[in-house]
Amino acid sequence: MNIELITFFIFSTLLIFTCIKVITSSNPVLSAINLVFSFFLSAVLWLLLGAEFLSIILILVYVGAVMVLFLFVVMMLDINIAKKTAAYIKYLPLGIAVFIAFNILIIYFFINTFENIDYNAVKNIEIISDSNTQNLGYLLFTKYIIEFEIAGLILLLGIISAIVLTYRKNPKNKYQNPTKQISASKKDRLKIITDLKE
Amino acid sequence: MIPISYYLILSTIIFTISIAGIFLNRKNILVLLMSLELMFLSVNFNLITLGNYLGDLTGQVFVFFVLTVVAAESAIGLALLIVLFRSKKSIDVDDLSELKG
Repeated sequence: MNIELITFFIFSTLLIFTCIKVITSSNPVLSAINLVFSFFLSAVLWLLLGAEFLSIILILVYVGAVMVLFLFVVMMLDINIAKKTAAYIKYLPLGIAVFIAFNILIIYFFINTFENIDYNAVKNIEIISDSNTQNLGYLLFTKYIIEFEIAGLILLLGIISAIVLTYRKNPKNKYQNPTKQISASKKDRLKIITDLKE
Repeated sequence: MIPISYYLILSTIIFTISIAGIFLNRKNILVLLMSLELMFLSVNFNLITLGNYLGDLTGQVFVFFVLTVVAAESAIGLALLIVLFRSKKSIDVDDLSELKG
């Protein structure tokens, strides 16, 4: 048993444990923190698979941005900590049944399918250097450049839609109204007084 | 070298845990969104594993785009959640039913 396999078993066991904690804890803050742990653990497993850039991105972008967003929302919404209600207990057998059925089906499929494949048959990696990041960057900026641009557009769309959805006008603030400014005419502003001598 | 089926079984287990989470947490949309994140994580596991074992870097490029889309998706989903909470004062799925029929 080599060190790679031992690392895999330790971190995958912890990963499954934290995933179960995510869906079963009643406090959403605890769920979010367990989700952060599970992202860290899967970043380690991605390192084992040789995806160094993506594992760093998972920690920086996911744990640093998306999960902080989740925690912000949890703090902002001020939700009551939900008790294990009757609905939870009603759906618990269904959840466990779905879990077991899917696992049996798919693991059976995997064990039977992926045993006798020659994985070295289709090595077509475009190696620029030893660095995973450099290879990935080369591929992103040459072969997949249009997809890269579309990804940027999708992020812009996310920014705009999130701002538009949550924007609330504060009546105390003073805004300029361009439509009103343009449509103002001379007689709205000026009043000519002729009978000044009286 | 770790056998490929170990990684695939791990991602399957994560995926089924998140499906079970969607069944269990019908009350709380926030935990539902977290289950969605776990689902995306397991799919990314599959892509990276197969990309590594087939010697193809395209799987990792795909994961990169998936991460981008998921970031945008969770931002929009949380914004919708905030709008929902402002109008309904709760994030229970059962309170969303407006039609009484």
